Amino acid sequence: MLGFVVKNAGVLSLIQDAGRYGAFNLGLTNGGPADALAFSWANKLCGNELNSIAIEISLGGLTLIAQIDCVIAVTGAPMPLTINGHKIPLWRSFMVQAGDEIHFGFTSTGVRSYLAVQGGFDITPTFGSTATVCRESIGGINGNKLTENDILPCKSVLQHKLKQDIKLWLLPEAEQPVYSAEVVLHTILSYQHQQFSTVEKRLFFNSEYQVSKLWDRMGYRLDGRAVNTDIDGILSEGICYGAVQIPADGQPIVLLNDRQTIGGYPKIGAVISQDCARLAQCREGDKVRFEPISLSKADNLFHLHINRFRRVKLIECS
Amino acid sequence: MATDSKPIDDVSFAEVSCDDQTIIKINNNISLDIAGENALILYFTNSSSSTVTDLKSNIIKEKSVAISPAINAHVQQAVTIIRQHLATSVIDLIPSYGSILVVFDLLTIDHHSLRKQLKQLLINCEAVNNKQGRLVELPAYYSAESGIDLPRIAKHANLTVEQVIQLHQAQEYRVYAIGFAPGFAYLGEVDERIAMPRLATPRLKVPKGAIAIADQQTAVYPAQSPGGWNIIGLCPTDMFNAEANPTMPVEVGDRVKFVAISKQEFLKLGGQLDANSAEDLNKTPEPIEKQSKAKQVC
Repeated sequence: MLGFVVKNAGVLSLIQDAGRYGAFNLGLTNGGPADALAFSWANKLCGNELNSIAIEISLGGLTLIAQIDCVIAVTGAPMPLTINGHKIPLWRSFMVQAGDEIHFGFTSTGVRSYLAVQGGFDITPTFGSTATVCRESIGGINGNKLTENDILPCKSVLQHKLKQDIKLWLLPEAEQPVYSAEVVLHTILSYQHQQFSTVEKRLFFNSEYQVSKLWDRMGYRLDGRAVNTDIDGILSEGICYGAVQIPADGQPIVLLNDRQTIGGYPKIGAVISQDCARLAQCREGDKVRFEPISLSKADNLFHLHINRFRRVKLIECS
Repeated sequence: MATDSKPIDDVSFAEVSCDDQTIIKINNNISLDIAGENALILYFTNSSSSTVTDLKSNIIKEKSVAISPAINAHVQQAVTIIRQHLATSVIDLIPSYGSILVVFDLLTIDHHSLRKQLKQLLINCEAVNNKQGRLVELPAYYSAESGIDLPRIAKHANLTVEQVIQLHQAQEYRVYAIGFAPGFAYLGEVDERIAMPRLATPRLKVPKGAIAIADQQTAVYPAQSPGGWNIIGLCPTDMFNAEANPTMPVEVGDRVKFVAISKQEFLKLGGQLDANSAEDLNKTPEPIEKQSKAKQVC
């Protein structure tokens, strides 16, 4: 089947769908897009189901050659995007023709971009999902990140359509996320938070942290004021998305999509999902602050976020 | 996010007190707490031995007695009940030694109703009489070449290598939890005489099939990976095979017994000895800065 040929795989380009759910009993983690919002916009701009497969490009460097005429959209970090050398804006869908070369330059703000194709990529799922988790060698093409000469087959839809029937869309600028080198992470106190003193918690919420050199899809290790607790460890227990783990050195680790499913370090709380997505757009040296939030308020924010996404009207541009 | 585009209205400290009591008690042995935006966590204790773990959480008071088959059986029973009754609103569960992480679908249920339903479902969930799980035998090639840490453990325990091997295979283990990595089953409990703390610095490369000990836990590494457990042998059985059905030879609640095999049997069962493995194992890990460069974004 035809689609795209990978000419240059870039730093880290991964096949992702909405994530792998229901396989915790085998020890498999979720995977899925590190920035779920940008991922969803890419699919929405292509008129796809929101959990359709897209390519998550970290930092940049990916070059693809189209083998078919198709409609694609790129969202997320502002990577300089060119088609056959011509600059193309993000956050909109456009046509590419067989033979076109799509190139992602490197971004200096944000980390991850998403490329979706109308109709979706045609990849066989493993344990119910195509999400690539390199650490587990699961998902994607043979459990691996994209490599040179990989073929990304597409469910071609254009051949049955007349050119004038193809609709192209644009996300209004006001709705396009801006990626910043400073993020606030709204955090629900949870798990072992009662084992941290009130003073420790207040200091935690009033200190600024920096993303250390250890940041990846598994988790972000932060540098800053150490958080102290008098417990050494806990019986290993399930770790949720966004959990803030405090290891012995007191430097917080926010656990993300590719986290291990079970662990024995104490946890002070969990960051809400929309802020986890913002954190995943940060890199070494970026500034992070935590802010406490109640579970009920977090719940409201989640629904407001979903509702806002659903209500936004795309602008037709063809 | 820059402060000017902050999409979230102010959340002040006044609304969220750091001293908020988030835990609720379901019955004498089960309590329920918050984990995250779409996750709650159930903690199980044994009321007759409340010194084992703190009733409110999962805190280890006395590490050596913290793992209990009775509590884990209770966890298993609750998992069955939750799977039966909350299949539509619960996305997935992570059972472990004495807890269950309940991840739910925020578009189907909210935490208030889920708490209520869990309470109703589990209020009468008593620890049943340790139902016997399936017995799974795993072949084990114990030797100097496959178990690099055997001499260290023997020395630490003041036993011979043969006695260490004997003690490890004499015991029947329970599968307490599966996690950390695909197919990684936490087995307990190892005879306390051969319990051994994790290595201070984890090895960069532990071979696939390595049978290892950490404190009173033992496990078989399902794939080559970094690891800090003490290696005593090799198991030729695949602990995780995405193509096979079932994917794993064991599930939580099963009983596992290791059966010693010879090198010939090990090779015949498909086991592989990497000639370089012993050498690799003795290499000191690279400094963390170097490691981080290699896996900076993956």
